[in-house]
Amino acid sequence: MTRCRQPDDRRLRRPQRAWCACLALLAAACSGCAPSESSQQTIQFWAIGAEGERVAPLVEQFHRLHPNVRVEIQQIPWTAAHEKLLTAFAGDSLPDVCQLGNTWIAEFSAIGALQDLSERVGPDRTVAPQQFFPGVWESNIVDGVPYGVPWYVDTRVLFYRTDLLAAAGFDAPPRHWDEWLEAMRAVQRRQAPGGHALLMPTNEWEQPVIFGMQTGAEMLRDDGRFGDFSGKRFGRAFDFYVDIFEEGLAPKISNTLVTNIWQQFERGEFVFCITGPWNIDQFRRRLSPSMEGKWATAPLPGPDGEYPGTSMAGGCSLVLFQSSPRQDAAWQLIEFLTRPEQQVEFFAASGNLPSNRAAWDSPQLADDPYLEAFRVQLEATRPLPRVPEWEQIAAKVWVAGEAAINGRVQPAEALAELDDQVDAILVKRRWMLAQHALGEAE
Amino acid sequence: MNRIVRALVHNGLLWGLALVVLTPLAWTVKASFLPAGSAMTIAAPADEAPRDAVGFTLDNYRQLFSRLNLGRYFANSVLVSTAITAISLALNSMAGYAFAKLRFRGRDGLFKCLLAALVVPLQAAMLPLFLMLKQLGVINTYWAVIIPSMATIYGIFLVRQYALSIPDSLLDAARVDGAGEGRIFWTVVLPLLKPVLATLGVFTFLAAWNDFMWPLVVLTGNDAQTLPVALAILSGEHVQDVELMMAGSVVTVLPALFLFAILQRQLIGGIMMGSVKG
Amino acid sequence: MAQTSPQQLAPPRSRAARRGSSRRVLGLAPGWWFTAPALAIVTLFFLVPALASFVLSVTDFDIYALADLRNLRFVGLDNFRRILVGEQSELFWTALGNTCFFVFVGGPLSVAVSLGFALLLEAKLTRYKGALRVVFFAPVVTTLVAVSITWRYLYDVRGGLMNHALESFGIEPVNWLGDPHWAMPAIILMAVWKNFGYNMVILLAGMQSIPDELYEAASLDGAGSWRRFWHVTLPALGPTFAFVGVTTMIGYFQLFAEPYVMTRGGPENSTYSLVLLMYEEGFRWWRLGAASAVAVVLFAITLVAAFGQLALQRRAAA
Repeated sequence: MTRCRQPDDRRLRRPQRAWCACLALLAAACSGCAPSESSQQTIQFWAIGAEGERVAPLVEQFHRLHPNVRVEIQQIPWTAAHEKLLTAFAGDSLPDVCQLGNTWIAEFSAIGALQDLSERVGPDRTVAPQQFFPGVWESNIVDGVPYGVPWYVDTRVLFYRTDLLAAAGFDAPPRHWDEWLEAMRAVQRRQAPGGHALLMPTNEWEQPVIFGMQTGAEMLRDDGRFGDFSGKRFGRAFDFYVDIFEEGLAPKISNTLVTNIWQQFERGEFVFCITGPWNIDQFRRRLSPSMEGKWATAPLPGPDGEYPGTSMAGGCSLVLFQSSPRQDAAWQLIEFLTRPEQQVEFFAASGNLPSNRAAWDSPQLADDPYLEAFRVQLEATRPLPRVPEWEQIAAKVWVAGEAAINGRVQPAEALAELDDQVDAILVKRRWMLAQHALGEAE
Repeated sequence: MNRIVRALVHNGLLWGLALVVLTPLAWTVKASFLPAGSAMTIAAPADEAPRDAVGFTLDNYRQLFSRLNLGRYFANSVLVSTAITAISLALNSMAGYAFAKLRFRGRDGLFKCLLAALVVPLQAAMLPLFLMLKQLGVINTYWAVIIPSMATIYGIFLVRQYALSIPDSLLDAARVDGAGEGRIFWTVVLPLLKPVLATLGVFTFLAAWNDFMWPLVVLTGNDAQTLPVALAILSGEHVQDVELMMAGSVVTVLPALFLFAILQRQLIGGIMMGSVKG
Repeated sequence: MAQTSPQQLAPPRSRAARRGSSRRVLGLAPGWWFTAPALAIVTLFFLVPALASFVLSVTDFDIYALADLRNLRFVGLDNFRRILVGEQSELFWTALGNTCFFVFVGGPLSVAVSLGFALLLEAKLTRYKGALRVVFFAPVVTTLVAVSITWRYLYDVRGGLMNHALESFGIEPVNWLGDPHWAMPAIILMAVWKNFGYNMVILLAGMQSIPDELYEAASLDGAGSWRRFWHVTLPALGPTFAFVGVTTMIGYFQLFAEPYVMTRGGPENSTYSLVLLMYEEGFRWWRLGAASAVAVVLFAITLVAAFGQLALQRRAAA
């Protein structure tokens, strides 16, 4: 439904290269010695962020199992991943297999970059839907077609200093917004100047969006044709978000300005932060030993009765690109990386939570106290809106938040502006949906 | 006496300013040799002793070259900058000389057009240029960076201004001896152009070495990335790793400063010459 | 036609020269062959794309069109409507405002600092002039991306050198890059540091070309150093000033790497520049049509600035 028509005429996309053969030759000469084309296949695997390093030992194992396939790993940083991938698509230089944030799948499938995996997955195949968390599997499906296999799952929970929270008079993590605010105020009263109760960078859209999910906001309406941020539900969440800064419980700074989160956490410059599983590993490694037992994780507090509050179903999938001529070899890598044993190993190496449910039974995961919160939280997640423009929309969300936080506009005004911008972003989508409806009517 | 005091104050002020100007660079170097997590603790609360005693380590550089693959980016930068410098020097000097000394139909009109085109900002061409290079299939290769820089209007202009001073009689004498135009260019003109080529060469190399926006756009994968692009991308990921990033900055800036130190006469002299003439 | 070139109608300057330029290959004068490669590159990879951006700006070329050209629509001036008065206008005018702030505050400030340093260096009392010149010029040759990263840390609220220095003077710390009011001034300060050396060298050249007799005459008239500066140096530097000022401003209009590396345009878009807008529209979101409209506006602004320079130079010459 949301997909645009696929190009039948490949000539439209393929460059006519004949006349620049000499340039291409020079380019080839320039780009170093390529391995000779024998039975040996080399596949390009783009991994995002630290995953690129952490997956290397697994790839070595893969090489031993599949001596005729060589995997070249490229590491692209998170901050630039989305634009680099789109640029690679635009420049016909996509790899064979890639790690893709599951919020990006709708977008990359809409432009025809992703390979349909229907032929490769199924209840009785090596990669079967029932092996994975259902919500996360669902996030890889666009119009009934699977485009990715979940590699790891991700959601956001509360990280907090148990000692400082206890000193402020709270023995357990907050379960509801009111309780949380109370706890933050109590903590704030004890803070030295420059210290805060919560660290919540103003240029991250995840937090306001999660609060919105908690109040039941859909954020988009009419099958993703228009923005719905100025609706009542998101409004309540947004007020909560902005008030935290208003009250001075969180510093009004963006994450480019947070120079040493661990040092600040250790010094107690903030007591709470909302972040993801990768930070369990980071906190363990970077905090000094004396910090042991002084911090913990907890599921997010919810706005009203239910606990835990909703969080977002994030994570990354592995996808094949349509442009790849080596899809079979690349698929072998995907099969390998999503098996339970490799998932446990990958968890141990990277701290990324396995998408394969079987992996969660291993003692390494079951016995980790910091993971318990994630296990509970994963039961209460919702997927983000699955429209190709989501990434653009998300970038506008924090801008609206920042404007309200700094008092430039009233929160309601910021949200009305946000909806206008979102509607503008979605204009092409509305046109294409209309075209599609027209095509179906004919 | 009064004069001595004034001289002391004056030169003291100048060297004080020099110190201020150099501080950011000095701090970069210093931080690059500090252990991880210790560069930013200078303003720690007074009641708390700095966590790490200030130390000296090569760890940051080791990490850059082993884990973060900086050697590759360095090589890419050297290759791209050298190629651009070599090719553009050749093409610009030929064109600049021709515009100054060879007569052909439409020469002056053409040159005026070129000068007028100097006002077109580079960014205005970027979007269509990307689509063109995509058609050529060179996105994410060195060529995507090299091709658009193989000749520049500014370079042609600079060479022409200098070449105007070559006496016609010299060229005519060579022609009377029966030398072809190509030979004249190679044996007579090029040696005379050496000073301006040195200037233009340093300029071009530094511009290519420091260039950021276009390489950022066309170099999508890691393979062909140049140092500034890699550094900018890494810095987004490693905001917390101050010392590591400072080591990366040192590696990026040092070759440029080194080149400048050797060729500062050509560079500064070139700017002075260009500005007086232009 | 090529044989009866108009050169033969004009009186020949010298026989040899005529012979040189009439030795044709494939009917073309050698001058053509010498200029052809460079001209081809400049035309194909600069002029043609620059013109093509006008064409692109009246389409809605986006990522969908990139995937399938049938998704490309001609939209007339809609992209311009969107950025000038429509949905994107707020961001556009913010970006233009920020860029103008950078250009019209940062530009003159840069030139003023350059002038100050040039005057200090040119003074008769100065020793080691060459060494100082090299020191002051060094920031110019550094890589913008690298020093932007450095300055981001220098501007750190808690651990940064800048606030450390303020603190030692008893001044409250400033949230340099985190406060919308301070972020652009912070970037300007860095840009001045990075660039002043370049204009300083040009101004030095200008000063050195002022004949000593002018100063001597002024001294004989009893003019002090301030009046010599006001009545001799400044007027004589007029044309150099026009050149320096306008080239600096045109260059400053292309502000990109500093906000890209240091703030990503934030906080609250206070450092969002016109070129950053073009980059994000074009190469982050792949709305090439909208981005081209921004490019066309940038082009127009630069054109106006260039005409301004011409007018200034004419006035200076008159």
